[in-house]
Order: sequence, then C-alpha cells, then structure tokens
Amino acid sequence: MINITSTLKIALRALWVNKMRSFLTMLGIIIGVGAVITMLAVGTGASEKISEQIASVGSNLIIVIPGSITQGGIRMGMGSQSTLTRDDAEAIEKECSAVKAVAPVLNTAAQIIYGNQNWATGVYGTSPGILEVKDCGLVAGRNFIDQDIRSANKVCLLGQTIVDNLFGGIDPIGQIIRIKKVPFTVIGILEPKGQSLMGQDQDDVIYVPVTTAQKRLVGRATPGMVRSIMVKAISADHMALAEKQVTELLRQRHRTGSNKDDDFTVRNLTQMMQVAEQSANVMTILLGAIASISLIIGGIGIMNIMLVSVTERTREIGIRMAIGAKTWDIRVQFIIEALTLSMIGGIFGIVTGVTGANILSAVAGWSTIVSALSIFLAFGFSGLVGIFFGFYPAYKASLLNPIDALRYE
Amino acid sequence: MALIETRNLCKFYNVGDTVVRALDNVSLQINAGEFVAIMGHSGSGKSTFMNLIGCLDQPTGGNYLLDGISISGLQKDELADIRNRKIGFVFQGFNLLSRTSAEENVELPMLYSHVPVKERKKRAKEALGKLGLAGREDHHPNQLSGGQQQRVAIARALVNKAPVILADEPTGNLDSKTSEEIMELFVELNQAAQTTIILVTHEPDIARFSNRIIRFMDGQVVSDEPVVKS
Repeated sequence: MINITSTLKIALRALWVNKMRSFLTMLGIIIGVGAVITMLAVGTGASEKISEQIASVGSNLIIVIPGSITQGGIRMGMGSQSTLTRDDAEAIEKECSAVKAVAPVLNTAAQIIYGNQNWATGVYGTSPGILEVKDCGLVAGRNFIDQDIRSANKVCLLGQTIVDNLFGGIDPIGQIIRIKKVPFTVIGILEPKGQSLMGQDQDDVIYVPVTTAQKRLVGRATPGMVRSIMVKAISADHMALAEKQVTELLRQRHRTGSNKDDDFTVRNLTQMMQVAEQSANVMTILLGAIASISLIIGGIGIMNIMLVSVTERTREIGIRMAIGAKTWDIRVQFIIEALTLSMIGGIFGIVTGVTGANILSAVAGWSTIVSALSIFLAFGFSGLVGIFFGFYPAYKASLLNPIDALRYE
Repeated sequence: MALIETRNLCKFYNVGDTVVRALDNVSLQINAGEFVAIMGHSGSGKSTFMNLIGCLDQPTGGNYLLDGISISGLQKDELADIRNRKIGFVFQGFNLLSRTSAEENVELPMLYSHVPVKERKKRAKEALGKLGLAGREDHHPNQLSGGQQQRVAIARALVNKAPVILADEPTGNLDSKTSEEIMELFVELNQAAQTTIILVTHEPDIARFSNRIIRFMDGQVVSDEPVVKS
C-alpha cells in the first residue's frame, strides 16, 4: 500500500481545490459532532446536578409517614392518620441497629416576624438528630440539645434564605424572632444547601424543638403526634435492613395484627433520587443518540460528495491505474480523503460543541459538563463515519476499468 | 528471447448476437531494443492490441508473454504491478494529473512501487533534467506547453526504468515542429538507452522515425516490414 503522508497530501490538495464544497460537506460533521458533545454535556450536567442534590437532601435517608384513613369508603390520602409519635422516633433510635440517626418532624406553615420584616415559611418541629439526618452543618451558633426538647425551649435554627430576608447584615444569633406571635431565640444558622430536586429552596426553613412546635405552633389533639419521622441508615448497604427494622418495630408498637396492613408508609428517599438520577442518565443517552443521527446524516453528505468526486476524477483514477495503482491504493486514497473531511469536521465540531455547551450554560443557565469521554466518543465516531461512508465511493473507484477510465471525458 | 511475444492473440466482444473480432489471431514478436510503429485505420484493432500489450486488458484467446511472463490469467493487481515495473505509457492527451506539479507527476509510478520519498524526488528531478525540463519541476501541466507536457509524460514513463514504452499517438495533439522534436527524443531514447518503443500512429511521417512498421486491418496483421531509411 502506498504511504500515508503522500496520500494525505493528495487528499488535502483535492479537498482544497473544492474549498466551498469541502466546507459544506464538513459542516454536516461539524454540526453532528457539535450536537453530540453539547447534548452529552447537557445530559451529564443534569445527572451531576441530581447527584449533588441527592447529597444535599441527605444520603441513606428513609422517611416514615403515617398511613391513610378511610372514613365511610372515602380514603383520606397519605399522612391523614395520626399514628406516628415522638415515642416511635425515640424507639427507632434506640432499638434499630441499622439506624444511625432519627428526627421526628412536625411541620407547619407560619408567618415570622423580626423587627419590621416578616416572611412566610415552613417551620419544622424536630430533634437534634435532624442535622445528622440531613447531612447538614451549622455555619454559626449551636444545635439543639436534649434540654431544649425536654423543656420545650423557644429556640430556633434558621436557614440561609430566612437570614437573608429578615436580617439585613445583622448577626441573627441571639436575636428574637416571632413565629405565629411566639418569640423564639435564634441559636444557630444552617449551612446553605440550594435547591432541591423539585426546585424547592432547601434553605427556606426554620427548625424548632418538636415539643415547642407541638405546644405553641401546631394545635393538634393527639399529644406527641408527629407528621413524619426521618431516619438515616448507617450506610447505603444497610438501607434495606433499616427499612425492615423500622417496619417491624412500628408494627409491633402499633400492635398491628399480622393480617393487617401497615398504618404507616416507609419511603426510601435515596432510592427515589437514584431513580431520578437513572432517568437523567437515560436522558443523556437519548440526547446523545438523537444528536448522533445528525452525525450520520453528515456522513451521508460525505458519501454523496465522494461519489461526485469519484465520477469527476474518473480520468485521474484511470491514469493512476495505468501507471500501477493497485485496488487498495485507489481505495486508500479515497478513504483517506473521506476520513480527512470527517476528521477536520470533527475537530471543528469539538470546538463548536464546547462553545455550544458554554453558551447554553451562560444563556439558559443549565449546568453543562463537557467530559473528555464525550469528546473522544464524538471524534472517534466522526472518524468511523468517515471510513464507513467513504468506503463505498472508494470501492466504486477501485472497480473502474482502466481503459474506460482513461477514455472518460 | 523476444521481449514481447504474442501467440494467436484474440479479443472478441459480444455485441448483441454478433461477435466482434477486435483482434483475430495475432502472433508476433518484438525484441528488446526495437522501435516499432503500429499503423492502421480506426477500428483496425491497433488500440485493442496496445491495450493488451500494455496489460490494461485481458485477451479472450491466445497467449501473451512479456519479458517471459505469461500475462493471461493474472489478477487485476498483478497486472497493475507489471504495468508499473515493465511499461511506460505515453498518451495522445498527455494524461498528466492537473493540479499536480511536473515533479509529482513523474514521481507517481515510484509512489506505487514504494520507492522512498528522497529517492523518488531525486530520480524525478533527474528524469525531468534529462528531458530538458530542469527548473520546471514545480510547474503545473497548465503552465507548460503541449511539447513540455508530453516530455513530462515521457519522463514519467522512463522514471521506473521500464523496458518498454508504449506511445499511443504521442504527437496527435502537437504541431508538426514539436511532433518532430518528440519523435527525435524517442529515437534518441531507443538508440542511447536501448529502450523498446512501441508507437501507435496513423501518420506515415511519424511512423518513419521507427525501424519497423506493423499494419493492422480488421483485427489482423496485414503487413510487418522494416523501415528503409533513405
């Protein structure tokens, strides 16, 4: 076979002669490679964002909510039954070996006031365990202590959004805010967590002791009742065990007969998040696949132009054959030409794709991540497209009869 | 042993129901160092004969031995290899690659016989120099006159040291003065380097430069006689 540098030189010259045509053909590949890289960047960015959010919600999280009640054939929906109590939460913490931390939650919406500012938000009555459960730290102040819970102290932890909206530059620690007209002392500020998967602001929260919430903020008949219990398992491997232990313990505590359904629901939050992450990955693959269709169309463009080129250069092929070019000499020449088209297109496509991803980030505010893998993938794929779609024209050229080819006008 | 030997060489085509006998039982020998002119009207079979001699086509019958090698039954790539090493082509229309410099045109046969780049360039320059084209290595065919283009083509035919040059109406596109120059060049090549030259022409003036004239008619050799130089 003839040497590659000479062939490459021939190919580049042939492409240079028809600059406009070569450019337009390359454009198909440029758009294809660019689209693949941009789409993969969008998809990867999305799943990365979801992973971040899983971490921000708290890992290895199980949430227990009361079951539904049915009154006269009307089912009231999830959480309508008041079956979970603070004692349940304490029992879970004490007795379930696969559980690392527990926090009961009794939440309500409330208007809060500081000075002449006010703000409506969710107030969560809970226990000191909440910070561990949610993998959340404090940027200032201290967590609740058991004493706060036992004595139902009027103290609270604030999320960053609350701090921003109520305290313009004033240090909130030690300040008094009023929740539903009840004064609370601010003892700590939560680490900012950003938006949740569903677009909720996770920093727009106030934590107060669960006992205080029950006495002062939520008027409910059943004492000790909570709206949900959040449970953190020791590790991801202990999730299933923790779920089982919690279910068994609560059935036992609620004296649920073996033939009866649970009066509560255990949800594996991490699992739900992982499902979301998986669907984001599927989306990435889907976007990439759709984009690669344009790459294939670009390849068809190459094949088209190469076929034209073979016809135009029939005489040249004839001369080369007469002088001693073998079948593969001719094939290699045209395949290299197609490959050159697709590879140069691929390089410009990478530039286009990276630029496109950056523009999307800047304009639409989507997080995009251009991975090295996606660049290799797109570039390699464009090379394959060049070889695949270049082969048929090259094959056709090599089949020409030198006598006919020499006579071709 | 003859350099070129054909035994009952035939080339028949089927056109519809009739068989066209483009070449009909041609047996002849051409020895190394000969300068042969092949003449005949169009359709006489001379082009078919040249295509077969040039290993561009396969006969439908008979045998052809080139330098002792039987050509019949060889594969496409084997024929390409023989063309590359044994035959230099000179065409009426020059058949140079446009957009390619004179030197690169001359390098072409060596590209396909895997001569290293440096030697390729050296030999191409030498060949062009010998034919009086020194200094025009970088010119493209469209920057050269017809005579100069034909010289480039001759340089290309010579550069792989092929023992046979097949020239198909090499002066057909040239004026009479340039034609004469090219023919003198062939005579010189024939005499100085003992290169075997087979020339197809229909002009008696051109044919007279050779030493032997073979005439074709209806696919057969009708006369084969030496040229009597006056």
